[in-house]
Amino acid sequence: MNELTSLSVAEMRRGLLSKQFSCAELVDAHLMRIEETNEVLNSFITIASDSARKAAAQADEAILRDADATPPLTGIPVAVKDMLVTKDIETTCASQMLKGFIPPYQCTAVARMCKQGGIIVGKTNLDEFAMGASNENSSFGPVRNPWDTKRVPGGSSGGSAVAVSAGQAPLALGTDTGGSIRQPASLTGVVGMKPTYGRVSRFGAVAFASSLDQIGPFARSVEDLAFLLQAISGKDENDSTSVSEPVPSFSEAIEKGSNDGLKGVRVGVPKEYFIEGMDSAVEEAVRKSLSELEEMGATLVEVSLPHTELAIPTYYILNPAEASSNLARYDGVRYGLREPAKNLREMYAKTRAKGFGPEVKRRIMIGTYVLSAGYYDAYYLKAQQIRTLIINDFKAAFANDCDVIAAPVSPSTAFAIGEKTDSPLQMYLADVFTCPINLAGLPGMSVPCGQDSNGLPIGLQFIGKPFDEASLLRCGQAYFKQSNFDIRAMAKKSSSEFAI
Amino acid sequence: MSSSEKPIEAVIGLEVHCQLSTDSKIFATSSTAAGEKPNSLTDPVTLGLPGCLPVLNKKVVEYAIKLGLATHCEIQRESVFARKHYLYPDLPKGYQISQYEKPICLDGHVSVRLKDGVKRIGITRIHLEEDAGKSSHVDDEAISVVDLNRAGVPLVEIVSEPDIRSSEEAGAYMRLLRQTVRYLDISDGNLEEGSLRCDANISVRYEGEEKFGTKVEVKNINSFRYVEKAIDYEIERQSEMLRNGEAISQETRLWDEAKGKTRSMRSKEFAEDYRYFPDPDLLPLMVETDWIESIKEALPELPDQMFERFKSMYGLDDYNADVLTQESLVARYYDQAVSVHGNPSALANWMGTELFGRLNKEGKTIEDCPVSPENLADLVRLIDEEVISGKIAKKVFDEMFSSGARPEAIVEQQGLRQITDESAILAIVEQVLEANPQQLEAYKSGKDKMFGFFVGQVMKQSEGKANPQLVNKLLKEKLT
Repeated sequence: MNELTSLSVAEMRRGLLSKQFSCAELVDAHLMRIEETNEVLNSFITIASDSARKAAAQADEAILRDADATPPLTGIPVAVKDMLVTKDIETTCASQMLKGFIPPYQCTAVARMCKQGGIIVGKTNLDEFAMGASNENSSFGPVRNPWDTKRVPGGSSGGSAVAVSAGQAPLALGTDTGGSIRQPASLTGVVGMKPTYGRVSRFGAVAFASSLDQIGPFARSVEDLAFLLQAISGKDENDSTSVSEPVPSFSEAIEKGSNDGLKGVRVGVPKEYFIEGMDSAVEEAVRKSLSELEEMGATLVEVSLPHTELAIPTYYILNPAEASSNLARYDGVRYGLREPAKNLREMYAKTRAKGFGPEVKRRIMIGTYVLSAGYYDAYYLKAQQIRTLIINDFKAAFANDCDVIAAPVSPSTAFAIGEKTDSPLQMYLADVFTCPINLAGLPGMSVPCGQDSNGLPIGLQFIGKPFDEASLLRCGQAYFKQSNFDIRAMAKKSSSEFAI
Repeated sequence: MSSSEKPIEAVIGLEVHCQLSTDSKIFATSSTAAGEKPNSLTDPVTLGLPGCLPVLNKKVVEYAIKLGLATHCEIQRESVFARKHYLYPDLPKGYQISQYEKPICLDGHVSVRLKDGVKRIGITRIHLEEDAGKSSHVDDEAISVVDLNRAGVPLVEIVSEPDIRSSEEAGAYMRLLRQTVRYLDISDGNLEEGSLRCDANISVRYEGEEKFGTKVEVKNINSFRYVEKAIDYEIERQSEMLRNGEAISQETRLWDEAKGKTRSMRSKEFAEDYRYFPDPDLLPLMVETDWIESIKEALPELPDQMFERFKSMYGLDDYNADVLTQESLVARYYDQAVSVHGNPSALANWMGTELFGRLNKEGKTIEDCPVSPENLADLVRLIDEEVISGKIAKKVFDEMFSSGARPEAIVEQQGLRQITDESAILAIVEQVLEANPQQLEAYKSGKDKMFGFFVGQVMKQSEGKANPQLVNKLLKEKLT
């Protein structure tokens, strides 16, 4: 039934090169899967059928000409979070503010993915401007979790996570500002990584909180994830904060994980990441996977990240501060929504009142407040100082005790749609184990590590030293290889079985 | 002494914005050219499209360092770009990228020459920022239009200490800044076209008081004349209020040239809160000492240095040294001319009168001057070697200016060489005396004035070519 849409990227590549199926067939199968399931899952805002079919035809020609010369992602469908600017394809950020906006330029990460042969099948749903942890803050409606369609997929990159989980695409790009890749990956049972800040260019990622935002990949295997990460990493002249740190061969890290296990790897376990209030199923699953890591040769080391409890308040000052500034440009003057008005001030007010949803407005107001004269020192500046303490926590742990850190991703499994929408604070707490990693600029990856009593997926988070994505891939691959979690379960599920 | 008699002094600080003349914008690739079709010089970054990021133009930093060095500032190894927020249609991102807490240059000074000596004016800071676009309001239609060609053009803001005490000092300071940026070739320094823009912070106090008065910011003063007029007006307005015991309120005022007045724009209570914070899209700007040193070594001679050198090396007076060093190209022209023919004072006079006169008349600048410094030097040499007279030289100069030809060629071609043959001149002298018997009679009867008449007639007969000394000598011999 879903033969083509549940394959791994490596399997797709083999099938394409050996002419078992064509790129056109592969892309069509995915477009059909999207069509069949999107009404329920609502994971795509825009489906790029025409451009995808055209790209598939070109990819088939390239394979016909010289199959071995084609780049590794040739013909592979990729879902792109609608937070990434795509040339000639509508980019909305799930906001009424940008509805109808067709960018004249391409996001660097998307361009690099396409250069390696990847094909954009569509733009995925998200929390408006990536503000949220449940994908309910989308002006295009909530995304549903394929494991239980009454539940959220997490957010903000919920659409990308679901696309990969449900076999709408084997790979997806998302953005992660406080957990927006790792948390939905955890809640939908796929692999997702936030690379080190600076590893992937932010050019063309619509800015949310610039010092925290990072583009990253989703996949149904650690190996597949490495393919996409390889394609998008590296310095970009258009982003001053991207770093010229050499990009290693990530397939070597995968090989190492497959062959050498975790012998000699010191895995730090931060005691502050097992807190009261987290689901016991999550704690159990994570603790169990820690002992499995030990069985594979890793040494577990207890580490302390003493400023962890300050991460959420710090994050929710810096994030809105930067967001309020980044969203100032949506003023109705040059593009996007413009509401008619009698004068300029009224046009600004009406346009922004109508264009932005409640969570976006909330962050703009908080951010504006913490940056105002008289409050800047008490909030923004103080938060920056605490951010330094959080960075130093990780530095100390990595300098003295461990090579990677293992921790939970989300304190809970997928919650019900509507369960937390009345309490922004409850929603913010979903970021408790992920946002410190953004504050510290480190790489973090979520790998499925079990299920709760309802069968909902649970993620294990690996956190690495700056620019040491390779160690995360090695650990992730070693763990994933021996895991019996069925990561293809939702991709294999027949489309008709998805219902609300 | 009653308060109405106590002398009042003004305390003035200037904030000068200067457009840097780099080819491309400070954070984007599009061109900085002026006068192009509206919105033709834009790109996704300049338009503030979602997802775009600024990338700093290194040339802009180099220009700011040049200016910092020329004004004796300390160049900061680390400076930080910050976002300054305000909403206006010509500001695409809703914030301007500027430098706030950590500017690139600190603690400098310049020395301005005034009528009664030299005055040092402190420079608090120089920082980098981007320009905004331009909004215009269409008459008779309820619309405004925005041109973003200027958005992202690099600016430096030069903030002076409150060391200025009069409009004369302010004018001299502005002129020196303009002269300096032009010498450094980092800006065209054109006030009328907005390459230099000036805001003035003005307060008044009774002389001898240490505390500053309440300052008023005056904006929109975009010519040297306006700077002086606006400051004079504001000093007078505030002094009167001070004498009358009225409170001066902290506010921003606009110079209205048509009315010759400043008028209130906004008071302190309505001042914008710009919500500055470091721009997370740009890393702190780190400047290597080696780079600063290499820029320093490559700095051109600056106006002050040039002025002093012209005085000591060429023996010029203050006036000529000042005139010839106003523009670096003029100074270089002069240097070049003197190197070809070593008569600095004659060349200074020729440039100050004939050359500038003609350039002004034709609306030309030294850059498109048809007379090369070599040719001007040759012309002065022809005078000094008595090949032509000063009077003929002016005629030759006119010809040089129209055709660009070498003076020797013009002299030869038009037969303008001075007549130094005594017998030829004597023949003319005799002819003139013979033709004017009445005047000769008058001279002989004691009218000495008539001597000049005869000189004039001889020169006229010779078409100005007779050597004036020989004419004098021969006339004297004939008439005694």
